[in-house]
Amino acid sequence: MDSGAARTRKNDVKTAKLGREVQARLGQQLRAIYDDVVNQGVPDRFADLLKQLDNKDNKDRS
Amino acid sequence: MPIDDAVRQQILDTIPSLRAFAISLCGNVDRADDLVQETMVRAIANIDSFQPGTNMSAWLFTILRNHFRSEYRKRRREVEDADGHYADSLKSQPEQHGHIEFGEFREALAQLPSDQREALILVGASGFSYEEAAHICDCAVGTIKSRVNRARNRLAEILHVRDGEDFGPDEQTRAVLAGSK
Repeated sequence: MDSGAARTRKNDVKTAKLGREVQARLGQQLRAIYDDVVNQGVPDRFADLLKQLDNKDNKDRS
Repeated sequence: MPIDDAVRQQILDTIPSLRAFAISLCGNVDRADDLVQETMVRAIANIDSFQPGTNMSAWLFTILRNHFRSEYRKRRREVEDADGHYADSLKSQPEQHGHIEFGEFREALAQLPSDQREALILVGASGFSYEEAAHICDCAVGTIKSRVNRARNRLAEILHVRDGEDFGPDEQTRAVLAGSK
């Protein structure tokens, strides 16, 4: 905080610090897009692949 | 050698976010799933180099990112047009996912340089610390901080957002989030 003046001088317009509100909004949208995929869970092909790769488990289905 | 149960579970637990990261890297769901598959094959083949107790998701993200980068170095044309490809492929995604509300944000995200987009996703969406993101991207912590900062500023610029002002998609995002389970 005490280096605020130096930081302001260092940062040009493009890298000026965004307000918390804007950062929160951008973060919220970013996570919404990301979580859209995350919420799809583990597609069967990957669960099956892991079984295949793990030769300890030879069951076809659980 | 059979994979330890705990390790197998950690791999499974990481797959959803690994897919989300892969899609953000290459902008194409099918290609992203191939990347995840190739990452799993590599991870299992090198499972002995994973140290139990360390961060499995950071390890898998690192493998995926390195694989993606080396693949793209091989395919020069795609390297040169990586961002263009990405922007084009993203435009078709809102319809696929039925979330047309995010179209504007997706397009803004697609306009970022790939290193900035990658840093922003790792820190802002995947939930990695700056240190973990720096490890995954094999660069200095300060570099990650700078990329994330530039990415946020660029997004705000593209989307014309400032403190105290509404920006449309956010209202819709809230509505979608409120309406979803």
